[in-house]
Amino acid sequence: MSDTHAETVAFVRDTMLPPVPPPQRQAGAVRWLRENLFSGPVNTALTVLGLAAIWYLMAQSWDWLAHSVWTAGSLAECRQTVAETWGDGARGACWAVIRERWNQYIFGFYPPALYWRPVLAFGLLFVALAPVLFSEAGVIRRWVLGVATVGTLAALAATSAPMPWLVAAAVVMAGALLLSERGSGRLLIFSVLYPVLGVWLLWGGSLWGPLMVPLGIALGWLAWLVVSRVSPMLAVLAGIIATLAFWMLLSGRVASDAEGLLSLALRPVRSNLFGGFLLSITIGIAGIVMSLPLGIVLALARRSDMFLIKTLAVMFIEFIRGVPLITLLFVASLLLNYFLPPGTTFDIILRVIIMVTLFAAAYMAEVIRGGLAALPKGQYEAADALGLDYWKAQRLIILPQALKISIPGIVSTFIGMFKDTTLVTFVGLYDPLKSMSDAVRANVAWKGIYWEPYIFVGAIFFIICFGMSRYSMYLERRLARDHR
Amino acid sequence: MKTTALMGTVAAIALTGGAAFAAEGDTLAQVKQRGELICGVHTGLAGFAAPDANGNWSGFDVAFCKALAAAVLGDATKVRYVPTTGQTRFTALSSGEVDVLARNSTWTFSRDTDLKLDFVGVNYYDGQGFMVRRDLGVTSAKELDGATICIQTGTTTELNLADYFRANNMNYQPVNIDTSAEGEQQYIAGACDAYTTDASGLASLRAAFADPENHVILPEIISKEPLGPAVRHGDSNWADIARWTLYALIAAEEYGVTSANIDELAANSGNPDVQRLLGSTDNLGAMIGLDAEWAKRAIKASGNYGEIFASTIGEQTPIGLARGLNAQWTQGGLQYAMPFR
Repeated sequence: MSDTHAETVAFVRDTMLPPVPPPQRQAGAVRWLRENLFSGPVNTALTVLGLAAIWYLMAQSWDWLAHSVWTAGSLAECRQTVAETWGDGARGACWAVIRERWNQYIFGFYPPALYWRPVLAFGLLFVALAPVLFSEAGVIRRWVLGVATVGTLAALAATSAPMPWLVAAAVVMAGALLLSERGSGRLLIFSVLYPVLGVWLLWGGSLWGPLMVPLGIALGWLAWLVVSRVSPMLAVLAGIIATLAFWMLLSGRVASDAEGLLSLALRPVRSNLFGGFLLSITIGIAGIVMSLPLGIVLALARRSDMFLIKTLAVMFIEFIRGVPLITLLFVASLLLNYFLPPGTTFDIILRVIIMVTLFAAAYMAEVIRGGLAALPKGQYEAADALGLDYWKAQRLIILPQALKISIPGIVSTFIGMFKDTTLVTFVGLYDPLKSMSDAVRANVAWKGIYWEPYIFVGAIFFIICFGMSRYSMYLERRLARDHR
Repeated sequence: MKTTALMGTVAAIALTGGAAFAAEGDTLAQVKQRGELICGVHTGLAGFAAPDANGNWSGFDVAFCKALAAAVLGDATKVRYVPTTGQTRFTALSSGEVDVLARNSTWTFSRDTDLKLDFVGVNYYDGQGFMVRRDLGVTSAKELDGATICIQTGTTTELNLADYFRANNMNYQPVNIDTSAEGEQQYIAGACDAYTTDASGLASLRAAFADPENHVILPEIISKEPLGPAVRHGDSNWADIARWTLYALIAAEEYGVTSANIDELAANSGNPDVQRLLGSTDNLGAMIGLDAEWAKRAIKASGNYGEIFASTIGEQTPIGLARGLNAQWTQGGLQYAMPFR
């Protein structure tokens, strides 16, 4: 380039040296190990301890897992197979119990001929959830719907669903897939209708019965709309009265008349036949879906300036949080029976769902209140300055931010609640973890089996809870607008 | 707003329900109108009550439910089984959720009086025993001084254990467990020297072990556990029906009436006792609001007491219980049906 250095420096390299691979200790797995596991004496010691713990656990359980038996009619047969294959004194896991009773862990005592109904309800759940959970992510929604459609149709075929239902499911789910391509808005209609459909599919009976619930709410809304021109306060009252009056006085007759006109009935299935994960997921989903709005209302009520509303919210939240869930479940299953007139049937699963919802809502309210409190005061003032009324301010400015902050807490509450559904064992319902395993063990063929059902049920719980947790992380990333 | 709605609902429920506090009245009429007997059973106890892979219930206690349904409704399948836990069983009965409770519950003074139950009889005489590993070398419960003992909490067995050790001036270290399955696991793992529960439970537990020959059940029975079906206080006719259905099963065994020969005996038995029981001569059923052949149907449902015992928990089954105290009084046992007359 220039001759500047020609006199002062004896040698200047005029070609680039080829890049040399980093030293062995600074590359690849070795480097990763050094950086992450052996970066100092403390970390090295901890790594060694951890490895020792893993080694110990594996050494304890490896032979048991390796000697798994998958086909046997009883625990005794399992033991015999283990002894024959691996010699006397060997021990082995007897997964045959899962192979033989898996349907009870999933469906409880639901009639096997009707397994397709919970399967369909579960498949349609994804159609209902996809536009809510992935409202802006079209690609993910397409994948979720696509996998759900294929999976549900395969499961329906495997559980020998009747042809008309199979076709209907295919049409609905393929239609949802197509609609989803044009945005999530229209799919929300299905999400709103899903609870009615889900209840109908699970419990059977006439479709008109569950339909009366949204109908009553619609009537109340209509009453509110009409009266709200006169006075907003009266309108709320009129709405509530119209809904309650319809439910209590008219809905039974309307439903039976409608059933007479157009019969839409499935074979009814009693609540006492529900069990296993069908029960857990039913209670869990219902509780999750209802406790979030209820929790938001309670959180807002607790931060309200109106004395009565605030006091009631505080009383409710503190009462529910001060009482163990198990007590509420006992109230639901036992005490209510004393209060209700004899012969009144009030579905036990419904009672449990109500109690679980109230319980989760109280915790939810506090989580969301934390989110509300974390918002800078300026946000509230800005909303006021824009001239928004209370509800608009909450809906457009406050809650979107507060809920975003609360996502980890909300999902934690959901996960906790879903796992708490196993507590229904104490009121005589067949939760998958304890009651179902005890029922399986009560059969002489499987008496004495212990770890296998726990591991199986625990694995399924882990998959569901881990899924929820991953979704919350995805949601946080997507909503992290301020750190873009 | 939600809170007020809730409070209002609770108040409304309390007002409407207060008048009809506790379910009393004519259980027989209710059952007939419903067309179904609601029977409270154990959530799962080997041999006594357990659902199979298809959700069909069977077992020693379940057989009583079937017999009662056959007697009252004429169809042994018209039973709805409501699984109850140790905590919910008596409340389920007294609140009217179930018509009868056949859930191997011990007949005690306080349950009969304070809890307002009526035990209609004893279908299984049980007693608490101990199981130990054979290599421990213990041959009598009296040698268990200082032992660690696995014991299910919240049961009468826990109290019996404390009483027995105090009475014999011995010490023990309790290992509290929650369920039978957990206790089994603890005992096998060696967390306790002895496992104690009802003798029937011990027998079925040992039968499920990989090495039953290495465990012994000690001869001492330290408590009386008369297990029987119960109904609510306040409906004596229903209690009579349940009681005499149980007696019909026991008497049938005494008179040699089995599910195999019952039709033949009903037609041409020379024994006046059998004729009365099966409704061939007197119409005993009318006295309790049923028809003449109620007992015949009850026995046909799953056989007489002996047949039920043999097919669910007897020596031919994996549970392998001997008749012992539960033999007929003529065979040296305690099962004694009052006369049908």
